Amino acid sequence: MSATMTASGGVPGAAKNISASEALGRRRHRLNTIVRTLCVIATGLGLLFLASILFTLIYRGIGGLSLVVLTTSTLPPGSHGGLLNAIVGSVIQTFLGTLIGTPIGLMVGTYLSEYAQHSKLGDAIRFVSDVLLSAPSILIGLFIFALLVAPFGGFTGIAGCAALAVIVIPIVVRTTEDMLGLIPVALREAAVALGAPKWKAIVQVCYPAARQGIVTGILLAVARVAGETAPLLFTSLGNLNWSLSLGKPMASLPVTIYQYAGSAFEDWVQLAWVGALLITFGVLAINIAARFVLRGGK
Amino acid sequence: MSTTMNEATMADNTYGGVQVRSSQAIGAPRIAISELDFFYGEHKALKQIDLALPDKQVTGMIGPSGCGKSTLLRVLNRMYDLYPGQRATGKVMMDGENIIDPGIDLNSLRARIGMVFQKPTPFPMSIYDNIAFGVKLHEKLSKAAMEERVEWSLTRAALWGEVKDRLKTPAMGMSGGQQQRLCIARTIAVRPEVILLDEPTSALDPISTLKIEELIDELKADFTIAIVTHNMQQAARCADQVAFFYLGEMVEVGPAEQIFTAPKEKRTQEYVTGRFG
Repeated sequence: MSATMTASGGVPGAAKNISASEALGRRRHRLNTIVRTLCVIATGLGLLFLASILFTLIYRGIGGLSLVVLTTSTLPPGSHGGLLNAIVGSVIQTFLGTLIGTPIGLMVGTYLSEYAQHSKLGDAIRFVSDVLLSAPSILIGLFIFALLVAPFGGFTGIAGCAALAVIVIPIVVRTTEDMLGLIPVALREAAVALGAPKWKAIVQVCYPAARQGIVTGILLAVARVAGETAPLLFTSLGNLNWSLSLGKPMASLPVTIYQYAGSAFEDWVQLAWVGALLITFGVLAINIAARFVLRGGK
Repeated sequence: MSTTMNEATMADNTYGGVQVRSSQAIGAPRIAISELDFFYGEHKALKQIDLALPDKQVTGMIGPSGCGKSTLLRVLNRMYDLYPGQRATGKVMMDGENIIDPGIDLNSLRARIGMVFQKPTPFPMSIYDNIAFGVKLHEKLSKAAMEERVEWSLTRAALWGEVKDRLKTPAMGMSGGQQQRLCIARTIAVRPEVILLDEPTSALDPISTLKIEELIDELKADFTIAIVTHNMQQAARCADQVAFFYLGEMVEVGPAEQIFTAPKEKRTQEYVTGRFG
């Protein structure tokens, strides 16, 4: 068929077109090589910084890591103290902060995605949530200070949890809304077409379909708040003694690192490095474990 | 399929190499649509539709893209209620009720009028739970009764033999054709009276398509079926009655045989002979 076409008229200037398209092909090939090289360089740079941070952390922190650090609370300089109160305090505040913030974030994200797509109220909430997402965390600390610390006359662990919860909320809102937005319309319609009320379609069909993304969002939030220092400075303050009471000041790893890293005592500085190492690898472990669980459950 | 062949006795009763289903008499209407208008905001997408869906027979809806045939299906189970700005006026009578009446209970309406979509939409759960999901919405069954219902619906959807040993595995792991038959099983498990099929085979390979078409043939013993399709051979194979839509109007409706071999309207003839569309 192509032969007939060429014979009966063909494509005028076919030969010229071929050389032009070859030139075009060479140009694209060159451009591809250049862009790819730039991408590799950029990736390499990013990884280099990450590797450098991890290497420094391990190099400076691993030496101070011992059973004593994990089983003793903070003590005055020179008394071989550990980080137990800070570790436990961090775990409690991160856990409770996530526990308070996640359901609120889930519900707001669901509202935005499922009920308020074209409403003014929805747009306003989305805007406020996005502002909160990028708000300096020290402001959130001050806000909770004014709300829960100053009126009640003291720094408390629960105020720290509240501050972390306020940071968790917008992260979970955004990921929940985004992940629910990725669910095909057809899936919701299929559930509704069977006679399911909207809320059942959301809870029983959309949530499971978006599970992986939503859980990842919650973990991102955990990772973020586990390392927060500023909001805790004004709320749970830090505590050099062992305390599990949410009504009293509570120690945390980031605040301890903040206090110790700048101190003049060598063993405190060493403990700060160990604390940084613990946080980093704790967060890393949570992420890896969660990925593993998610994949296993599928 | 074999019944189609046997019924087709006239030599000229073919369309594009397909034996058109010889018309049995078109029966009494299960759903009667009259003077139906439909609006997407300001845009009028359906204009004065009058159409009856005969009881326990298959109505095929054909026409070029955007002609309103899918829109009509979505009126019948009130799918458009999900979207603000979409509205219908007129009459869609079923069992003495007007389906598009705002006061109607949508969830029980959708239990009576099931729908299968263009792309297979298995829920992210096991095969068993996919079926049980819809049933649980409307009935409280014992475990044994539920197992029986699941087996019944999967058998009716010609899927039981392929999945009976892996009911607890995720439905996402099935092939496209199996997924679509699961969606049909899920729909009939609720025991509706009417089944709406919106281009149910357009995402499937020819073998899966054939299976679904055979299934439609069997299901019409118990259900009233409406199928939207772009494949006119499919309409010729499956449908007892065919309605041709163009630009929001229903141009012609009649027994499949008439629409494909001797249409009354010029536009119908041009469309079924492939001259436009």
